Amino acid sequence: MKYTEEHEWLDADGDVITVGITVHAAEQLGDVVFVELPEVGQTVSKDDEIVVIESVKAASDIMAPLDGEIVEINDAIVDDPAKVNDDPEGEAWFFKIKASDLAPMDDYMDEATYKAFIG
Amino acid sequence: MGDLERTPLSALHEELGARMVGFAGYAMPVQFEGIMAEHGWTREKAGLFDVSHMGQVILRGRDWDHVAGAFERLVPQDVLGLAEGRQRYGLFTDESGGILDDLMFANRGDHLFAVANAAVKARDIARMRAALEPEIAVEEITDRALLALQGPRAEAVLAELAPGVREMRFMDVATVELEGAECWVSRSGYTGEDGFEISVPEAAAEALARRLLAHEDVAPIGLGARDSLRLEAGLCLYGHDMDTTTLPAEAGLAWAIQKLRRRGGAREGGFPGAGAVLDQIEAGPARRRVGLRPQGRAPMREGVALYAEAEGGDPVGRITSGGFGPTVGGPVAMGYVPVDMAAPGTTLYGELRGKRLPVTVETLPFVAANFKR
Repeated sequence: MKYTEEHEWLDADGDVITVGITVHAAEQLGDVVFVELPEVGQTVSKDDEIVVIESVKAASDIMAPLDGEIVEINDAIVDDPAKVNDDPEGEAWFFKIKASDLAPMDDYMDEATYKAFIG
Repeated sequence: MGDLERTPLSALHEELGARMVGFAGYAMPVQFEGIMAEHGWTREKAGLFDVSHMGQVILRGRDWDHVAGAFERLVPQDVLGLAEGRQRYGLFTDESGGILDDLMFANRGDHLFAVANAAVKARDIARMRAALEPEIAVEEITDRALLALQGPRAEAVLAELAPGVREMRFMDVATVELEGAECWVSRSGYTGEDGFEISVPEAAAEALARRLLAHEDVAPIGLGARDSLRLEAGLCLYGHDMDTTTLPAEAGLAWAIQKLRRRGGAREGGFPGAGAVLDQIEAGPARRRVGLRPQGRAPMREGVALYAEAEGGDPVGRITSGGFGPTVGGPVAMGYVPVDMAAPGTTLYGELRGKRLPVTVETLPFVAANFKR
């Protein structure tokens, strides 16, 4: 498992990476009321803002962590955004991306580094 | 939080695990358990809010008529006609008729007690001093906390400490002893629910808050839920839904200006910007504050531009407050639109992340008020 400074977790299975947000991020956001996901088949570039999350308090974005193609999205969190608060590192994953370049994975944090990062 | 002021309840908020934020120069709790849960609790039970950051001011003259007559020079309300033990919603207007603040003021017998917004209280007080002193003594009360107990269970909870509060009607004010402290209690609030606002000496504030929170029907509520509650109730937030660029009529606040201060009234005008304020009431405004319901699920927040058409054209208005309405179960907003687009049922378009999404003009409030009239 890898982590970004934007509080995404990245779970790699070969070149397909499942992406979600961390428990810490979900707690900071507060009650999530709206999620907009990219489309399956969409080609994205690293750092594109491809997910919109709205909590009761504020809107925020999730960026694509890698170049690639969106191969699957989790419609369950669009239908019931509260799942993001209930199980952000499990059931409430956001999307799966088939990476065209896995090199940036090496730059992302491992779990111990991420834990230190969030203090 | 280093430079922020604290309220008499700041330590209690921290003990209760609140997430604290800076608001109008004070460290305030934005949430405790979570905004959704706190919002729902207030609509169903009783929520306790710390609003000690708000300005509390006492004005004294020779007698009520003296102070009330003087105060009418600053506000477009009927102050002289306010009965002892009653409170009224008021506005400070500037020389152009723009809204400088909204406030509550009460006839406390030998003096007037006013509560103003935290962010602009210094300006309000300076203005009152400049306009009224030395004829009227203007005293900012800095040694009292202000609590709000809001929700359908508020009466039953407070009556356990002081049975007499059951007799108070909406906008009544009274001196009530709570936990041994002399409190100034009004039956009012800013959530759309029945409830009380309680001015309590700072030394007694934490004990009173703890006593109320010990009741199984009471939970602490932060500013986050305060904002979603007032938005669903269709109530203006100063600096967002109104400011010096908005006049009372277009803000939907002409109801707060009694007939006798309007054209042809016994005490017509005589407050700052009266000409512009009364002209707009007479002629009708060109734009109006309305309720807006995004048809989709995405919240539309302050600043979202509104269009008449799904494509092309210039903005016709903008959203001034918006977010998710937990009781409504979807996004809600308020904003200003031209009067010919202000009829309930009108479809407009809010531009969100480059896309125009439909919104419907709706009658305010989104959630019916639950006051004890």
